[in-house]
Amino acid sequence: MPDEPKNAVRTVGITKRFPGVVANSSIDFDVIPGEIHGLLGENGAGKTTLSSILAGYYQPDEGEIYVRDKLVRIRSPKDALKLGIGMVYQHFSLVPRFKVTENVLLGLDVAGQDVKDLKTLANAIIQRAAELGFAIDPWAEVSELSVGEQQRVEILKILFRGASIIILDEPTSVLAPVEVEGLFRTIKSLASQGRSIVFITHKLVEALEFCDRITVLRSGIKVGTLSRSGLGSAREIVQMMFGAEIEPTATRRVTKVGEEVLRLDGIVVENELGHEVVRDLSLTLHKGEILGVAGVEGNGQKELAEALASIRPLKAGKILIAGKSISGSNPAKQYDLGVSYITDDRVGEGLVRDLNVAENVVLKSFRKPPYRSGLVIDWKRVERETERLIQEYSIIARGPKSVTRTLSGGNLQKLLVAREMSGNPSVLVANQPTHGLDARTTQYIHHKLVEQASQGTAVVLISNDLDEVFSLSDTIGVIYRGQIIGLLPREQATREQVAHLMVGLRE
Amino acid sequence: MSEVIDPIIVMFLTFFFGSMLRSATPILLTALGETYGESAGVLNLGAEGMMLIAAFTAFVAGVTANSVLVGLLAGMGTGMLVGLIVAFLVVTLQADQIVVGVGFDIAAVGLTSLGLRVIYGTAQLPLLPPRETINIAPLSSIPIVGALFDQPFMVYLAILLVPIFYYGLYRTRFGLKVRTLGENPMVADTAGVNVFLLRYVILLLVGAMAGLAGTYLSLFQVSFFRDNMTQGRGFIAIGVTMFARWNPVNVLFASLLYGGAESLAGGVQALGFLRTIPNEVVLMLPYIFTIAGLVALARRARLPPALARPYRREL
Repeated sequence: MPDEPKNAVRTVGITKRFPGVVANSSIDFDVIPGEIHGLLGENGAGKTTLSSILAGYYQPDEGEIYVRDKLVRIRSPKDALKLGIGMVYQHFSLVPRFKVTENVLLGLDVAGQDVKDLKTLANAIIQRAAELGFAIDPWAEVSELSVGEQQRVEILKILFRGASIIILDEPTSVLAPVEVEGLFRTIKSLASQGRSIVFITHKLVEALEFCDRITVLRSGIKVGTLSRSGLGSAREIVQMMFGAEIEPTATRRVTKVGEEVLRLDGIVVENELGHEVVRDLSLTLHKGEILGVAGVEGNGQKELAEALASIRPLKAGKILIAGKSISGSNPAKQYDLGVSYITDDRVGEGLVRDLNVAENVVLKSFRKPPYRSGLVIDWKRVERETERLIQEYSIIARGPKSVTRTLSGGNLQKLLVAREMSGNPSVLVANQPTHGLDARTTQYIHHKLVEQASQGTAVVLISNDLDEVFSLSDTIGVIYRGQIIGLLPREQATREQVAHLMVGLRE
Repeated sequence: MSEVIDPIIVMFLTFFFGSMLRSATPILLTALGETYGESAGVLNLGAEGMMLIAAFTAFVAGVTANSVLVGLLAGMGTGMLVGLIVAFLVVTLQADQIVVGVGFDIAAVGLTSLGLRVIYGTAQLPLLPPRETINIAPLSSIPIVGALFDQPFMVYLAILLVPIFYYGLYRTRFGLKVRTLGENPMVADTAGVNVFLLRYVILLLVGAMAGLAGTYLSLFQVSFFRDNMTQGRGFIAIGVTMFARWNPVNVLFASLLYGGAESLAGGVQALGFLRTIPNEVVLMLPYIFTIAGLVALARRARLPPALARPYRREL
């Protein structure tokens, strides 16, 4: 029997520079066979860059990589596959239009694995899935699968390519809590078979609960690696991640509720398939109030938000703003009426990545003065305002004219929030405003939401994150199957109660 | 039977069936190549130019060497060379595929007209003897539809390629990789597929097919070269490719539809039917067919998501 290698993977002095930023600076990192190694850090800490280098997607500028104690050069994903390194990217690399079998088949030959035909492969997929404790239909088209199922297909795909070192980039960020447990079980069983797992996350609790060791990165530098026995307190690791202790999240000031600004009267909204996913929903919202809408994803939150922004028509019912019905509105009119909308899909719906920052800032307000001057847009003025927002929101961008796609995820979100708040709206609809962001940016956006409410804006905060809902809201509404099934003042609500309501238990 | 049918109608139908395949062939050849190109996310709007340049070099080489085979190889080689240049521009330099394609189309018209005059001056162009047709023995003697089985070699070749292209694209790993490039090249890249190399290979294939089509025009359909003799066939092939939804079998039928329209127009014109309708209207038929087909399709079209986008690694 060959000697067990000391390390599955080890990097020495990995450095990677992108224009204007050092993403990885001389990183030494190692993974022991059979361990689950957490790679922890804020957004932009360099986690994804480091793992993409291991997966052959990027080439390091400096440094060495050892796989099973042997010095290797990984020039392409193909080299990485041959060395048994597989990565599940955050935004999956599956073709939605292809069947599960076809997605798994792609690249099998490159990795030196082979199957006779698709039928054989399909059976093998069913068997492998069963071993890992789940079921998958190999003939289903990937687009028909849920996000959790797609992730399982990704993992299967990498296993079929013979990966013994598996990198998962923020795998839990797309999953519902129930699915997260399933994923953890899968990962643990993979590790118990001797595979090494690199688990990228910015969620501290997950890493603590579930990793054998944790390596913390900050701004491209490795801060340290902690082993299970020395994992220490959460507070300590937070310090490693952020450099200094961060203040607790903004908590709500005493509310002075003003007059009613928004009323939903029995609204009914359909999704793309024509199903009524918001059903006879009624609400009122007052000046300066934050209403937290808690719920499990897919209970009509998105459609509710879009109806409020007049992106989606009402099937029935009324929306009243300052007492006036706004039926027959459209997104532009709605914005002019003082309703701002922070979408949960910042790059798909919120911002245009190929426009520059200033153009994105003025995307909703260019029709009216002060940005419109006669027939043209007053770009000088737009740029001054953009400059101001960049300062105020500490958005890391080279300037108003830099192309938006160069911004990191957190900065994109800040830009979106800055734009939606800059018009001083009377109603702000924020759907998952901190989804996928690191703790620092999350905290910043929380501060801004509270500040905006203090200035009199009524905020509808739709969130899957109970902590967020509890720390910000004046009133908590629980949405379940398209209806608000519980509406509680924050002081009276308990987490247990809300969590029960979220799954439809009205005791 | 034949006593009851007017002999003019018999003549017309015989002409129609014979000519339909010949008219469809250049479209079919080019569109088969384009099917692979677009499936791989490469929109080759330069098909028209590739065909025209290939028609020209095939003619010049064929006449000079007095050999159809040399002409054929020259035409196909020219197509591949242009494909290679396009690949360098759009894959390596990541130039805009639409600009590059249209650029080639415009350049080709000028280059070939100029080339023709530089080589032959204003003298009478040399002519090649027309190509022999190959007739498939018992079938070609059937009245009327027998004309389908008495065709130049290239026509049979084009039809034989259809099942091969279908099998290649939808039944092989190679085809799966090609289609993945058109869906999401990053997926192919992370699966260890060399995206750049494969797009080069595909553009060589696209060029070879357009080259064959151009060769067919100048050496098989007629035996001379004429300025701008492709007359938009490259664009029609692109339309046919989309109309056929990147399926080689559908490409065959769509090409036949076009070929049928062209041969209908030719037949009506040659036999003097329907004199009340101006000639120009009849000649518009194939183009109207193409436009109508595309408009009908446009409502439910789903283009390969990565079509006409250069690939670079980013996260």
